[in-house]
Amino acid sequence: MKTPEKQIGARMNRVDGRQKVTGAATYSAEYKLPGITYAVLVGSTITKGRITSIDTKAAERAPGVLAVITHFNSPKVPGFDTAGKDPSQPATVGGPIKIFKDDKIRFNDQPIAIVVADSLERARFAAGLVKGQYAQEKHQTNLEANKAQAFLPTSAKKNPKHPMNDYQRGQVDAYKTGAIKLESEYVVPTEVHHPMEMQAITAHWEAPDRLTIYDKTQGTMATRRDFAREWGLPEENVKVIATYVGGAFGNALHSWQHESAAIIAARVVNRPVKLMLTREQMFTMVGYRPYTWQKLGMSATPDGKITAITHEAIGQTSTFEEFTEATLAQTRMMYESPNLTTRYRIASLDVNSPIWMRGPGEATGAFALESAMDEMAHLLNIDPLEFRLRNYTEQDPEKNRPWSSKFLKECYQLGAERVGWNKRQLKPGSLRDGDWLVGYGMGVGTFGAHRGSSKANIRLLPNGTVLLQSAVTDIGPGTATAMTQIAADTLGLAPEKIKFELGNSDFAQAPTQGGSAIVNTVGPAVQEACLALKEKLRTMAASSNAAFASTEKEDVLFADGYLTLNGNPNARVPFADLLKQTDGGFVTVESKPQGDASKSFSMYSFSVHFAEVRVHVLTGEVRVSKLVSCADAGTIVNEKTAGNQMKGGAVGGIGMALMEHAVIDDRFGRYITKDFADYHVPVHADSPDVQVAFVNKPDPHVNALGTKGIGEIAIIGVAPAIANAIFNATGKRLRELPITPDKLLV
Amino acid sequence: MNQFQYVRPTKQKAAIDALARDANAQFIAGGTNLIDLMKRGVMAPQKLIDINRLPLTKIESQNGSLRIGALALNGPVAEDKLVLERQPLLAQALSAGASPQLRNMATVGGNMLQRTRCPYFYDTALPCNKREPGSGCGALEGFNRMHAIFGFSDKCIAVHPSDMSVALVALDATVLVSGPKGDRRIPFNDFHRLPGDTPQRDTNLEQGELITAVEVPDGPFTKHVHYQKVRERASYAFALVSVAAALSLDGNTIKDARLAMGGVAHKPWRLTDAEKALIGKPATEETFRQAATVAMQGAKAFEHNAYKLKMAPNAIIQALKTAAAA
Repeated sequence: MKTPEKQIGARMNRVDGRQKVTGAATYSAEYKLPGITYAVLVGSTITKGRITSIDTKAAERAPGVLAVITHFNSPKVPGFDTAGKDPSQPATVGGPIKIFKDDKIRFNDQPIAIVVADSLERARFAAGLVKGQYAQEKHQTNLEANKAQAFLPTSAKKNPKHPMNDYQRGQVDAYKTGAIKLESEYVVPTEVHHPMEMQAITAHWEAPDRLTIYDKTQGTMATRRDFAREWGLPEENVKVIATYVGGAFGNALHSWQHESAAIIAARVVNRPVKLMLTREQMFTMVGYRPYTWQKLGMSATPDGKITAITHEAIGQTSTFEEFTEATLAQTRMMYESPNLTTRYRIASLDVNSPIWMRGPGEATGAFALESAMDEMAHLLNIDPLEFRLRNYTEQDPEKNRPWSSKFLKECYQLGAERVGWNKRQLKPGSLRDGDWLVGYGMGVGTFGAHRGSSKANIRLLPNGTVLLQSAVTDIGPGTATAMTQIAADTLGLAPEKIKFELGNSDFAQAPTQGGSAIVNTVGPAVQEACLALKEKLRTMAASSNAAFASTEKEDVLFADGYLTLNGNPNARVPFADLLKQTDGGFVTVESKPQGDASKSFSMYSFSVHFAEVRVHVLTGEVRVSKLVSCADAGTIVNEKTAGNQMKGGAVGGIGMALMEHAVIDDRFGRYITKDFADYHVPVHADSPDVQVAFVNKPDPHVNALGTKGIGEIAIIGVAPAIANAIFNATGKRLRELPITPDKLLV
Repeated sequence: MNQFQYVRPTKQKAAIDALARDANAQFIAGGTNLIDLMKRGVMAPQKLIDINRLPLTKIESQNGSLRIGALALNGPVAEDKLVLERQPLLAQALSAGASPQLRNMATVGGNMLQRTRCPYFYDTALPCNKREPGSGCGALEGFNRMHAIFGFSDKCIAVHPSDMSVALVALDATVLVSGPKGDRRIPFNDFHRLPGDTPQRDTNLEQGELITAVEVPDGPFTKHVHYQKVRERASYAFALVSVAAALSLDGNTIKDARLAMGGVAHKPWRLTDAEKALIGKPATEETFRQAATVAMQGAKAFEHNAYKLKMAPNAIIQALKTAAAA
């Protein structure tokens, strides 16, 4: 029989593409449950203090209103009183606010009430009638004014091995005595994730002790754990469904207060409650990329060898949680530098907690590191690509061990050719096209190739198709598509005969989708589950056909309605016979990282981004005319969806470089750029046709598939590539994002 | 959003009567701005008078002018053959505004009546004299990056957001209105107001008055025109500053000129002195630079919008250069 074409590496269309573009895909706010009700949250208008009273009378009397819940009348949530750390939350000190538990206001627009009505319009009308009175206290919302109170995160203080501790190799701050040196400060302002689908939940108490939630989350199991804990229920009594997620970029890595509020409300009205945040509430009621100040010092020899780097960062966090991210990780391992110092601090402000946003700390840190690399190359009068090559690391200088794989040089070469790097002039301001100055820049990104443990369920159905299930979500990369391809190759079955179901906490255990780790982690589980199914079927077939007894599972093939053997087409057992022998239930496997590869090797994905920009000489407008992203991400399972993911990250990087800036008016502690008219993300006209190239060489150590992960490296390094290109075009070095026309005219 | 009554008259008189009777009523046409403002609680009309059934959508050639009905949609007007032939500057300005979806909903009359995008106006928890007279101006000492450099007062430093209006004021258009006291014609430059002590009033429309059309006089500005909109995003963004420039050239000599700016004042900002500085001069960058200097006389910046003092004259030069070369 014909061996099916290899699916891994194929440009397969998304298995759920049609559902998504036709509107057939059901998102969290689209479940039509009987008796559904609608909720709207009311936010505080002060930034810090106490609620003295809330007038809910008018709202309660408004038509269609079923409940107005505040901390004055909220039912007791049992888990709010039990102490103990929640393992599903980010590894931070402190914890999220327990909604409607007390009168304290800790940030502006903190929810103070939830209004439930029989229609969204009526809920919104009534919400407008709720008026809070407050005893206001002085607040702090400006990081620059609070840098002096920055501190080493408690997690680092408690554990000397914690990566948030100060790092040192060679001499401390050695750059200060270097012959050729620079010292620059950089700012990445607060940016907000803003996925297309806003945060939404439909909460349904199916029985007093059984909760089902349709939730926008990146992790169905983590969310289940959170709310089982909050309500003191066994985990199996809570079901979380997230079949489709309309983008997330990190802001659904964490459970937020609005989810707790909807569940409380559903309990009170004893009907399903639907709640979707407004676009304005997406600035305040969920997390964001924290405002971060950085200082980078670097010294080098005249022939371009880095002798020392010191990189410091202060990121903002809230007063109730110590949020941290790996802002300085890339600096420690990217370039050969015998002397290297990093210091990471955080400062507490009266704001909501940040949450990891795509390419979390690394994207922020890479803006400083990769800008400084460009500054030093300029100082040395060396091409920035050549400068990076002279400081290239053939093994990890931080941990002194080999890379599991590293093909960054190949990425440099691919990208430089495609962008036309040879056109770049060393002297800034040399290229001009009419009224536009033209420049080229590059930026490098890296992110750990993480792999965790995961399970997968698999079963053969009577029609000869195979069903796989995993609790994992798909926030956009095309998880079900990639998993179908992996299963198709492992089973030797056409992709149309495989169905991969996801986004349900009742399915097989899988981690939260984040940290570029899902293909690395769930992929091997799918692979192993497919092999386990083959073995199970082989064993069953062996009882009726001796040929199956003496072979290995790898030889088992799926034919039309039959199980057969590679090289022995006469060995045929109908599926129907096999299914008679089994209960038809799932085979479940658990896949864990094998051996100690992660201790012997440093595992990272790498990327480089090349930008060609145009800057208008009179108006200061910047247009990115070319953007080329090249990645060493190990095996590419699907070049089409992987390419999409890279392009999405690149466009996010354009936003980071040129537009995104959530501004708080510190007098009020309130965001004032809080809609899409004031908070700009790129539109199509801002994005060139992003070119993507993959080295596509398997990593021998991360997992059997050879994958390393793409999500984060797609954006890490894009902003500095654009900033460096602007410098090359204009001679103006902008160290505070976003680089808007006003800054280029000053 | 508040609860409101909704009526949909088919006769112009009925619409005007309904509004004149009720101080808390508002006309609604495309609704692209009003609905947003109602959702945010900035405006709370008790009654909406939907005027979309009134026969005010025509674009007609009249003796010496183009008459554009108040309910003509921004998108179709920008692509209209008569408009493109006779008033290409207007077509350019319309196309620079919003997005195709919005332009296909928004009307010409509604475009003129857009409220400011000042974030303090949009947030009912913050002070704003335009939204709540006497509450103070949040922008004056706040985040005033998008704000005025001309014609502001200590009560309000907001800017008018329309692109279309910048072209119309440059082209000497006239607004035709109909009200309880009959019809009247308002020169476009007198239509919008400066904030003064009453920033709550954007225009000189009286209670009950309905915009029925705008008339744009035919002129020599059919070729050398340019609408320059400076923004940090390539599309779908309000102007940091914008310039409507129209030249009539005799060889390289400027016979006539029109110039106006957007994003700099509480109304579309006509630059008549700068126009005088252009007329009779050669169409050179030096001339444009001099006109830009004249245009900027009296400009004053706040903490976050000083860049406009440089961007605005640069945009004028760029607009004039492009217009001359068109």
